[in-house]
Amino acid sequence: MREVAIVSFAQSRHARRDLRNEVEILLPVVQEAVQRSGVERPFDFTCSGSTDFLQGQPFAFVLALDAAGAWPPIAESHVEMDGAWALYEAWVKIQTGQAETALVYSFGKSSPGDLPEVLSRQLDPYVVAPLWPDSVSLAALQARAWLEKSGRSERDLAAVAARSRRDAKGNPHATVAGDFAIDDLLDAPYLASPLRKHDCAPISDGAAALVLVAGDRARQVCERPAWIRGIDHRADLHALGARDLTRSASTRIAGEKAGVARRPVDVAELHAPFTHQEYILREALGLAEDTQINPSGGALAANPMMVAGLIRIGEAARRIHDGSARRTVAHATSGPCLQQNLVCVLEGE
Amino acid sequence: MAERCAVIGIGQTHHTARRDDVSIAGLVREAAERALADAGLDWGDIDAVVLGKAPDMFEGVMMPELYLADALGAAGKPLLRVHTAGSVGGSTAVVAANLIQAGLHERVLTVAFEKQSESNAMWALTVKTPLQSAVVAGAGGYFAPLIRSYMQRSGAPEDTGIRVALKDRSNANKNPYAHLREPDLSFETVANSPMLWDPIRFHETCPSSDGACALVLSSERAATGGAHPPAWIHATAMRSEPTQFAGQEKVNPRAGQECAQEVYAKAGITDPRREIDCAEIYVPFSWFEPMWLENLGFAPVGSGWKMTYEGATAPDGDLPVNMSGGVLSSNPIGASGMLRFAEAAMQVRGQAGAHQVDGARTALGHAYGGGSQFFSMWIVRSERP
Amino acid sequence: MSDAERKPVRSIQTPMRLTYHYTAGIATSRFLHGIAEGRILGQRCPVCTKVYVPPRGSCPRCAVATEEEVHVSDRGTILTFAIVRVPSENLDVPLPFACVHVLLDGADVPFFSVVQGCPLDEVRIGMRVAAAWVEPDRLAPTLQSIRWFEPTGEPDVPFDQLREHL
Ligand SMILES: [Zn+2]
Repeated sequence: MREVAIVSFAQSRHARRDLRNEVEILLPVVQEAVQRSGVERPFDFTCSGSTDFLQGQPFAFVLALDAAGAWPPIAESHVEMDGAWALYEAWVKIQTGQAETALVYSFGKSSPGDLPEVLSRQLDPYVVAPLWPDSVSLAALQARAWLEKSGRSERDLAAVAARSRRDAKGNPHATVAGDFAIDDLLDAPYLASPLRKHDCAPISDGAAALVLVAGDRARQVCERPAWIRGIDHRADLHALGARDLTRSASTRIAGEKAGVARRPVDVAELHAPFTHQEYILREALGLAEDTQINPSGGALAANPMMVAGLIRIGEAARRIHDGSARRTVAHATSGPCLQQNLVCVLEGE
Repeated sequence: MAERCAVIGIGQTHHTARRDDVSIAGLVREAAERALADAGLDWGDIDAVVLGKAPDMFEGVMMPELYLADALGAAGKPLLRVHTAGSVGGSTAVVAANLIQAGLHERVLTVAFEKQSESNAMWALTVKTPLQSAVVAGAGGYFAPLIRSYMQRSGAPEDTGIRVALKDRSNANKNPYAHLREPDLSFETVANSPMLWDPIRFHETCPSSDGACALVLSSERAATGGAHPPAWIHATAMRSEPTQFAGQEKVNPRAGQECAQEVYAKAGITDPRREIDCAEIYVPFSWFEPMWLENLGFAPVGSGWKMTYEGATAPDGDLPVNMSGGVLSSNPIGASGMLRFAEAAMQVRGQAGAHQVDGARTALGHAYGGGSQFFSMWIVRSERP
Repeated sequence: MSDAERKPVRSIQTPMRLTYHYTAGIATSRFLHGIAEGRILGQRCPVCTKVYVPPRGSCPRCAVATEEEVHVSDRGTILTFAIVRVPSENLDVPLPFACVHVLLDGADVPFFSVVQGCPLDEVRIGMRVAAAWVEPDRLAPTLQSIRWFEPTGEPDVPFDQLREHL
């Protein structure tokens, strides 16, 4: 495989409701990532991730191209998926030898709609979606199954929320941050038992962008490039009754293919929009106790849809860039109850 | 550096206004199973799946690759979902080919579909928000003014579009999968059909179809041994430009010109009109044939209509265009681009039956989308690169 | 009853209703407030100096933010048009109508609207038109404040002068 590194990363401040349009949110983020990369436009390839249903208008990604710098025309593609998969497509393009540099971005503005309701449109349109099961309720089914099987408690879930929010105090992009006592969290009412508000990721509007560069050119433009040493993604069955919700088989396969276990992991940024999912993911990836999980606060601190996965990769790269970690793992998820998962292993030199 | 990639299996559904005999999952499986059968493979032989379709609001299913993972045998495998507006069927095939070319997989299944009957595409394209007034009626309303610009600039005879429609619909009569099959269509019928978005007549417009298309792509190692010879992918290219900006050339977009230049250069083509044996290009409204002939460098600017007029694009012309009947005869939007790519591959495999161009060895597949701003293309040949 | 006797289920109705609260964005909000005052506001690109209307806060050509606000005339020239004769659920206008790209005086990108006030067969490229606003007391921050465009009677702009905008 060709050596490819993330050389820069930028993200917006993820507000609960951003009054700017998607281009107004995205443009400064793209500019910042490009400027920090030290790479001159045009990029050999550009790829983005987003989904129309958040805004309720078709072709959301088409206007977002205004922010990408698409004149003169560019080699460009788009996935109707989290930006983490846009990064994957760009990485593949570099592997084919058709590109040396790539710009990857994604944006998501969830605030116009009712997100848990909107996400119910992802389900089987004939027999499940007509029942309108919202995303929080489905996650609660998974959480209940996992609690029963693992013997853990709602207190363990709240501990994840408290740690994530505390860590997010150091993250200027976070939607939710602060010190919360676990007992206070457990006093809150259920949204969908066993999940309370703190167990669920906040709703955020936001964008992120990063730049990929191949080989020695990455060393020229970046002091400490974050090398992609392994990347893989896998899907699970969609039908919730057809898979074991307490485990993530697809994460396990992707983690093995990406080589997570080959060496110790300093930091893991896991895309777990619900507290119990962090435990499921840790197990699937076989992460050791001393691996620091989500120092950014994770998706529980800021969860712009279609962006939060790409942010995990960007945050994991940032730890390499600033020299605070030597080997990091990033994970992104998509679909109900962790249906689809991507794992990326990053290393410094 | 890049691995060679070939098309070893092609499948499509019968395209029609309403496939109410199958669900969305049934529709994509029908195309996928035909592609697997054509390749002599089974579901277990597939390493990864790439799905493409146009806006999710067309069927009202958000990110339908999630729901379709089960039907597409994607559990435990990588699954990607591409969306680049109308060009998506082409772009999806390009992304799938890249997975092979990158050396990541041996066999990739790629599928594109649209089931327009399950929702209302005109509604989805004309969503009304308080921030804009709805004056553009669907795709026809958007593209008709561009066609009028072309007519004024080129001075093309007014019946050029009618001739394109007649040719494509007559080609469709030879394609058992085509949606519109109208053996009795005459010049007068097309000319007298109602103006929908003047200057676009009813018979110069694509239908609204349910349908899917699937391809099995493989590495060189896995390309031999099938019932049919492979179609070798010699070049792929994608280009995009913004939707609207000052000084933009909308009739002959630069993104399309540069995409064509790139795909020809990669395939070693210097004289496309002479070196390409046939082309499947994305023509949803008849007048786009002469417009794209110019954009693709087959004719000088302002004279694409002459190729149509002189019969150069007819099945017995020197550059047959849209042998399958094209988008004008079948338009499952998300699949339409992949159908163009598939037809190009069928031609160089000698697999196109009654619409086969004799001796086709090099073919172009073309797709475009958005406001004439997203382009994807490939060149396939019977010979290995 | 055996499967052979059962009729296949060919269609089910699953109505879907989602409510969205749209935000216009910063630049478009300013534009809509201008419309509520009967003025058309564009934005000029600091790099290529082209004027965008309605503004979206950036120049897609240069990929930079646009901030300088400029007044754009409510008169302009028809760049191209189509006569729409097919119904579409969301259309605001009764059929048939002329959908036009109008290049407003002082702007560099066409504005999509509708022409009324003359027979449809008189609508042509190069024709001069002006916005027909709703009554002043009905002006609001919405594009519906411009009912349509209508001919001004000024002489046509020759096609050659419009070439760079087509
Ligand atoms: Zn500019």
